[in-house]
Amino acid sequence: MSAREDVLQRIRAALGQPGAGTTPAGRVGTAPAAVEVPREYRTAGDDAPGSEAVVEQLVDRLEDYRAHVHRVTADELPAVVARLVGELAPVSGARPSVVVPPGLEPRWLDALPSDVVVHRDSPDAPMTAVQLDEMSAVLTAARVACSETGTIVLDGEPDQGRRAISLVPDVHLCVVRTDQVVQTVPEMVRRLADHPERPQTWISGPSATSDIELDRVEGVHGPRTLHVFLPTIDDATGIDDN
Amino acid sequence: MSTFLGIPGIRRRSDDAAPEGSDPFGPVPHPDEPLRWGEPFPAAAKQTLQDDQLRRKLGHATRTIRAKRASVVGEVPDWEALRDTGSAIKEQVMANLPDLLARLEENVTARGGVVHWARDAAEANRIVTEIARAQGADEVVKVKSMATQEIGLNEHLAAEGIAAIETDLAELIVQLADDMPSHILVPAIHRNRAEIRDIFRRRMGDAPEDLSDVPRELAMAARAHLRRKFLSAKVAVSGANFGVADTGTLAVVESEGNGRMCLTLPETLVTVMGIEKLIPTYEDLEVFLQLLPRSSTGERMNPYTSLWTGVTPGDGPQEFHLVLLDNGRTDVLADEVGRSALHCIRCSACLNVCPVYERVGGHAYGSVYPGPIGAILTPQLTASSGGMSGADDVNASLPYASTLCGACYDVCPVKIDIPSILVDLRAREVDADRGRAVDPWRAAMKAASWVMSDGDRFGLAGRAATLGHVVGGRDGVVSKAPPPASAWTRSRDLPVPPQQTFRRWMAEHEKDGGER
Repeated sequence: MSAREDVLQRIRAALGQPGAGTTPAGRVGTAPAAVEVPREYRTAGDDAPGSEAVVEQLVDRLEDYRAHVHRVTADELPAVVARLVGELAPVSGARPSVVVPPGLEPRWLDALPSDVVVHRDSPDAPMTAVQLDEMSAVLTAARVACSETGTIVLDGEPDQGRRAISLVPDVHLCVVRTDQVVQTVPEMVRRLADHPERPQTWISGPSATSDIELDRVEGVHGPRTLHVFLPTIDDATGIDDN
Repeated sequence: MSTFLGIPGIRRRSDDAAPEGSDPFGPVPHPDEPLRWGEPFPAAAKQTLQDDQLRRKLGHATRTIRAKRASVVGEVPDWEALRDTGSAIKEQVMANLPDLLARLEENVTARGGVVHWARDAAEANRIVTEIARAQGADEVVKVKSMATQEIGLNEHLAAEGIAAIETDLAELIVQLADDMPSHILVPAIHRNRAEIRDIFRRRMGDAPEDLSDVPRELAMAARAHLRRKFLSAKVAVSGANFGVADTGTLAVVESEGNGRMCLTLPETLVTVMGIEKLIPTYEDLEVFLQLLPRSSTGERMNPYTSLWTGVTPGDGPQEFHLVLLDNGRTDVLADEVGRSALHCIRCSACLNVCPVYERVGGHAYGSVYPGPIGAILTPQLTASSGGMSGADDVNASLPYASTLCGACYDVCPVKIDIPSILVDLRAREVDADRGRAVDPWRAAMKAASWVMSDGDRFGLAGRAATLGHVVGGRDGVVSKAPPPASAWTRSRDLPVPPQQTFRRWMAEHEKDGGER
């Protein structure tokens, strides 16, 4: 019998299905009673997605995680991005560099100083991990954010790029539109459930460890610095939310 | 490659690097069986209890994490409703396991993944080794995973000439120290910062000479050490926190980003997952990804969670293998009472609240699963090799590693009734022993039943017991009784028997015309 058949047969024996033999310890189990799953938990928050209350809560949580939060209008965004990127130290070479996904809103880069090197990663010419390690920062959009937990989710769409680009550089600049902010985890998961097959990264603050005497140290392997921009909805940048 | 990997049989490096007289760090030799090592719990606990420093470290760590958990759980208004749902979903999963596993397999395969089945540890180890070999890898990077510890994957790979590099900071500490983990979530909880600095200095190869014991500096040394490994690794091995049957999606929950590195950068990914880790639908993640982080690290959400479904062209590993592991789980599933131990999502909240764990530490349990959950899981997982058969097996004593205070049940995010399972397993252990060698405990019980079944005998025995008054100390306790009562006083005090039995007091009282 194949391992697959064997394991499935053992499970059937454990669940008391007739004719399935026994488990390795020679047991035959009983059939479990049917279960009704109660769903009494909250599936939505008190505040509407994108409302000032949820955005404020997100800011509070992000700052608690020591991420840097920038509340800006869509018009102000390029200048703030430019200032932050311009201040970054070059990792290799003489100039700061930033990697961006193939479908990033071009306007966000409009104000970058001319000495900043911009690498546009693409499926046809993906950068190697070593090349990504030489980038000062990465700039991406996001799919959805949850205010109660301070979580931002990337799902690999063209405005966010493949997972490696938002992982290897040491600074992550992430743009979350306020209409993408929901209050609760169920609201977030249900937005993501439209495309569960997309590779997702849920980010809740910079990487951290408490492995040494439960003493929290921020910034281990992922980006050590996280900047979150929260441009308001009405001047949204016109990126399709699918 | 100069990293010491903690491989049995090639301890040369520690001999080379450490000056004479310096100890190998690991107090625990690598066991052949990760679910059965060392002395039986009572003996092992007695030893670890001698270590005051260990108790201080554990006390500090468990207190800290308990407080964090309580605070973030307290802010969730529907926590109990989430627990109810989590518990019911897991029950549903167990009842429908064959169908759900087939669905998971189908969906992972449809998205370009390869699904393997492993009856036991040896089979799982062989599968992972063959995959690594096929890639020509002599090194794999690893995400922290209980399943791969349970099967002793690192040791197996080492014997096959493949170095497995643990990338979680605590696992790295444990690995470099040639030690065993002592906690599910914080495996190096038994190490303080000075010890970790010494371990890094002596065993990490590229650790800075002047490395201090400041946690940030130690973490940065690990970052630098592992960065090169991540950028060049061809094969990664992970466990899985959840596998979604309906979509084929797998989830790994972590903090440091080492998980993301392993799950994203190498060309090939192998995930070893226990067959019980399933959840039916993607939406069920909305329950478990609330329950797990708050119960585990005491955070509202862990810093990073990765979700992937098979292979995504152009993003992450282009070859994905999923190994579905039995290794004793079906024996657990066959037990009507004990099967809910399979609901465990490995948060480790039960360890942190357990008065026994807090005092004896993880190593005393002789299994990669310590604490209350280990006490019910380990004997059951090893049932086919005698894990529950009384005096014959060290694991049979594990259900006694508890005061039955119930704190573990209160914090369990999926409401596993650990105390009830412990009691049931104790009964089973006693049954297994019935009719074998003379057991003082059972002999005593038998004697007691003979005494108690007859009034005269009972009265006589009571008068005899009052003689015990003379062995008591001034504080009214007997801390060292003669045998057979010594079996009790080894780990507890016995109140001094009264000068007079109740029966005699009653008789005298009545004679004096006292009121009834």
